[in-house]
Amino acid sequence: MHGLAFDVSHLLAGGLVLISLMLLYQDRMYSLLNVFALHAVVLALAVAWQAHIQTAPHLYLTAAIALLFKGAAIPIALRRMVQRLGIDRTVETVVGVGPTMLVGIGLVALAIMVMLPITGQADVLTQEDLAFALSVVLLGLLMMVTRRNAVSQVVGFMSLENGLILAAAGAKGMPLVVEISVAFSVLIAFIVIGIFLFRIRERFDTVDVQVLDGYRGEQP
Amino acid sequence: MALDLIIGGIFALFTGALVAIPACRHSLGRPVVYGLTAAACGVILTAAVLGPGAGLGPGAAMERTLPLGIPWVGAHLRLDALAAFFLVVINLCGAAASLYAIGYGRHETLPGRVLPFFPVFLAAMNLVVLADDAFVFLFAWELMSLSSWALVMVHHREEETGQAGYVYLVMAGFGTLCLLLAFGLLAGSDGGYVFDAIRAETLAGWERSLVLVLVLLGAGSKAGIVPLHVWLPLAHPAAPSHVSALMSGVMTKVAVYGLIRIVFDLAGPPASWWSVVILVIGGVTAVLGVLYALMQHDLKRLLAYHTVENIGIIYIGLGLALAFQANDMPAGAALALTAALFHVLNHSLFKSLLFFGTGAVLTATGERDMEHLGGLIHRMPVTASTFLVGCAAISALPPLNGFASEWLTFQAILISPNLPHWGLKFLVPAVGAALALAAALAAACFVKAFGITFLGRPRSPAAAMADEVDGFSLGTMIALALLCVLAGVLPGLVVDGLSGVAVELTGSRLPAQASLPWLSLIPISPARSSYNGLILLVFITFTSTIIATVVKRFASSALRRSAAWDCGFPDQSPATQYTAQSFAQPIRRVFGRAVFGAAETVEMPEPGSLAPARLHMRLRDRIWEYLFLPVAAAVEAAAGRANAIQFLTVRSYLTLVFAVVVLLLSGLALWR
Repeated sequence: MHGLAFDVSHLLAGGLVLISLMLLYQDRMYSLLNVFALHAVVLALAVAWQAHIQTAPHLYLTAAIALLFKGAAIPIALRRMVQRLGIDRTVETVVGVGPTMLVGIGLVALAIMVMLPITGQADVLTQEDLAFALSVVLLGLLMMVTRRNAVSQVVGFMSLENGLILAAAGAKGMPLVVEISVAFSVLIAFIVIGIFLFRIRERFDTVDVQVLDGYRGEQP
Repeated sequence: MALDLIIGGIFALFTGALVAIPACRHSLGRPVVYGLTAAACGVILTAAVLGPGAGLGPGAAMERTLPLGIPWVGAHLRLDALAAFFLVVINLCGAAASLYAIGYGRHETLPGRVLPFFPVFLAAMNLVVLADDAFVFLFAWELMSLSSWALVMVHHREEETGQAGYVYLVMAGFGTLCLLLAFGLLAGSDGGYVFDAIRAETLAGWERSLVLVLVLLGAGSKAGIVPLHVWLPLAHPAAPSHVSALMSGVMTKVAVYGLIRIVFDLAGPPASWWSVVILVIGGVTAVLGVLYALMQHDLKRLLAYHTVENIGIIYIGLGLALAFQANDMPAGAALALTAALFHVLNHSLFKSLLFFGTGAVLTATGERDMEHLGGLIHRMPVTASTFLVGCAAISALPPLNGFASEWLTFQAILISPNLPHWGLKFLVPAVGAALALAAALAAACFVKAFGITFLGRPRSPAAAMADEVDGFSLGTMIALALLCVLAGVLPGLVVDGLSGVAVELTGSRLPAQASLPWLSLIPISPARSSYNGLILLVFITFTSTIIATVVKRFASSALRRSAAWDCGFPDQSPATQYTAQSFAQPIRRVFGRAVFGAAETVEMPEPGSLAPARLHMRLRDRIWEYLFLPVAAAVEAAAGRANAIQFLTVRSYLTLVFAVVVLLLSGLALWR
């Protein structure tokens, strides 16, 4: 049982990192959202597996929240937003796909190098889980940095949040209230960002955040 | 019981601050608020006098933990002999300043900016002294700084005030930061911030030395040691006079308390070089402070520089006490510490008196610049005579209190040849010489201050039309002058009162003085030295009475009134009198070039030209130029560079955060 438990959670967490890397090179809006939904589904599976092997029933709730909100509600809402904004065209990346992928691989290596030594006392499962979670967080941050489109920045932020939930689920004994509050904060952030997107669009006829820089008053 | 009364008094002061906010609009608000602060100070004073310093003896400290401040930690307060003594100093002057302000404050144009902060300032100083954990100490210390800053900034539209307030705020923040770090070191790795835990902590030698340096920077900058004194002559004069008196006379003493509490009580046994540092700082501060004072012709600024000098004298006493303590000579340590604390009390008395006198002159004439004063002794006889008592006391003339404490300091210097340390054997007499020089220069300075302000003829119409001030101000000044005389004539009582502190901090005390015949002061043994203020006072009174009688009785009674001899110069303009500048010129010639880079140039008109001849005099403050301006320039340059970070795009900020996270993680990965 222990071997299987380890292998499956390893597989799911590793899958999450892989999908994070896939997010980096999606240059179409709809495919980006699809991959993001996949990201959330895999997260829900990973959390549910943790619930199973830790026999912590409250984690099923977390998994359900992840599946409902992040796997379904948010991608659908974002898709409708993209339709209404009429930006279902190519996403401009600031850095090319090749360099971005290389940097992403470097970040995964960094996360593993940091996490494995300093979590020496914990069991192997938690160690690897934390290393993968940190990789997902860093990749989400990288995505926010490399994208210019506000919608893809939101997707980067959400995937970063997924990494946090993975870390929270992997650590034994994290109270449910933490995960619920994280989920709610994400939801609120989503609403705020959504409103902002339309405000930006209303004002500047685009959601390219670079256009904002010219309107800051102090300096072009 | 005593401690509860004191805590009640502090709460009354805070309540006074709240009452003052609505009351300041009302004409009765001022007497009510100042009356309340005076009463609260009186209560605290009584409780402190009856507290552990006098009756119960050492070791009988009282402690309370109030459920305030940080949750589950509380606020620890403690009243021991040292705290009780400083409470006496604070509240004696606090009560005097409150009473004085009932009259003086009538002329304040903006009472709403003074009344609420004055009780807070007093309460904060009381709280610093009572604090028994680092949180309460630092909180009260910062409250003291901020409330006094608010009082300095009362007339903030004046350009000088704005600059003074800015410099003061920067220096106060720097000082508190240093103290914060010092307490961080003192608390050790387990972070016990209650003073009892700090006392139990044993620190490594270098940690304790670092604590000393930080405390000297933190408490020293508040006390005004050279070269950290720059804010003091700017900020003290800018405040209203009763606040100047408190800042100069009391707040600097609270800073001295901070040094004593940490160095003598909390930091553990002193290393031998500590005393050297404090002695050198004390000597330099004393001499430079009085030299700066001599160059001033603004009365309040002159007094502020004299505070610097007196802090130097107190530091010399403390340095000697540390030297004796490090070399296991408790009797000497007790003597030096008693001398320093006696001077703390004395300086708070006569400095408050002198600032009150200056405030009275300011009220009567609207002038602080001595060059526009003169002849005030005829118009304001009571102010002039009390001011004269203060001048004589600060110049250390017997039989007044300043002499008694400086004499005790010299007694401590004179037993220094018994010290085993060779460096100290040479250093202490040199510091003694500096102290003697400072005392002589101080006398010269106060001859100038009193002579130019009160004697001669008025130099401006305002001085010619001055009127004596109100009864509250005069009563307070007379009371303080009497206290100065009393402490000088009965020094034995004060020394006995200080014995509790000496035992608490050094384990020894001076011989009991109260039972000695004729109220003598005998610090070590009768064969060695003794001082009797009473006999001196009687002698001075007696001889001056005899001389006056002889002159009156036996001098020629044939009088002839005629015009005064005019030195062959018929125009008797007041401008032909000695000025403050010209009085200080000989001393400026001797010390000015080396210390201030003083340069005088005479501009003579061509023969036949009707233009006036001019004497230009230029003084440079080298400490300000070489120590503070470069630091300010460096901060300015760094801030200019960093300013660019304020104008980045959103994505640049994100990238910056990302880069920092990656950098920190890589550091973590590589470092482990």
